[in-house]
Amino acid sequence: MVQYTFYFLSLIAIISAFLVVFSKSPVHSVLYLVACFFAIAGHFLLLNAQFLAIVHVIVYGGAIMVLFLFVVMMLNLNKESDSQKSNFVKLSAIVASGFLLLTIVASVKSYEVTDQMVSPLKGQGTVQSIGKELFSTFLLPFEISSILLFAAVVGTVMLAKKEID
Amino acid sequence: MIDTIQQIPLNYYILLSTVLFSIGILGVLLRKNAIIIFMCIELMLNAVNLLLVAFSAYSQNSSGQTFVFFVMIIAAAEVAIGLAILVMVYRNMHSVDIDKLQNLKS
Repeated sequence: MVQYTFYFLSLIAIISAFLVVFSKSPVHSVLYLVACFFAIAGHFLLLNAQFLAIVHVIVYGGAIMVLFLFVVMMLNLNKESDSQKSNFVKLSAIVASGFLLLTIVASVKSYEVTDQMVSPLKGQGTVQSIGKELFSTFLLPFEISSILLFAAVVGTVMLAKKEID
Repeated sequence: MIDTIQQIPLNYYILLSTVLFSIGILGVLLRKNAIIIFMCIELMLNAVNLLLVAFSAYSQNSSGQTFVFFVMIIAAAEVAIGLAILVMVYRNMHSVDIDKLQNLKS
């Protein structure tokens, strides 16, 4: 059962990732990316990271993709006037990414990853355990990330507002 | 989760993340629309997140999941800033084609 769920979610993730790259209109790309993110959230659930799965759906599926969709529609990019790259550049892009895939797969194959079990902890990915980690071990990075988000908000407003003439 | 760890080898997750990451690289190299390049960068970040969660589950250590949480924060900030820059570029150039962004060249 777990295996079939894994294969199903992986298939959805990979196919929708391909469609993100190869679909003609940007709106379709955004929608396929949402499908890919939902599949990855399913993988998180499968690995018992419930908190991360929910946060992933809210932040990526909710916030970031809506932002993308707004920008695509606001800039009216939905026409297929995307001028194509030359065939040489396309071929070299495919060859380059294929070689990257080949290299990483080969290095992983030669490394012999062990699947040995450590003694299982109960409730590892729950809100409780992640919250305890966040507010004890990772308290300083957590606070610094709030400063980062504040800076991002200020920067976005500064960038996107029209210049006063 | 114990079921998952017993039935699916860690190698499968590494392979899946590698494939997703390579598709992201492919999109960055292949497409000219800057928004789609952004989306492919998000795809690569998600491949890395998936790998971190898989390693964290297989080594029974929840620090990896906390790290994924921080990666998500960075990604949210990055997308907000990047899309604002793209809107500015579109306002000035009337296009988000990356081949037309060569004002610094001459």
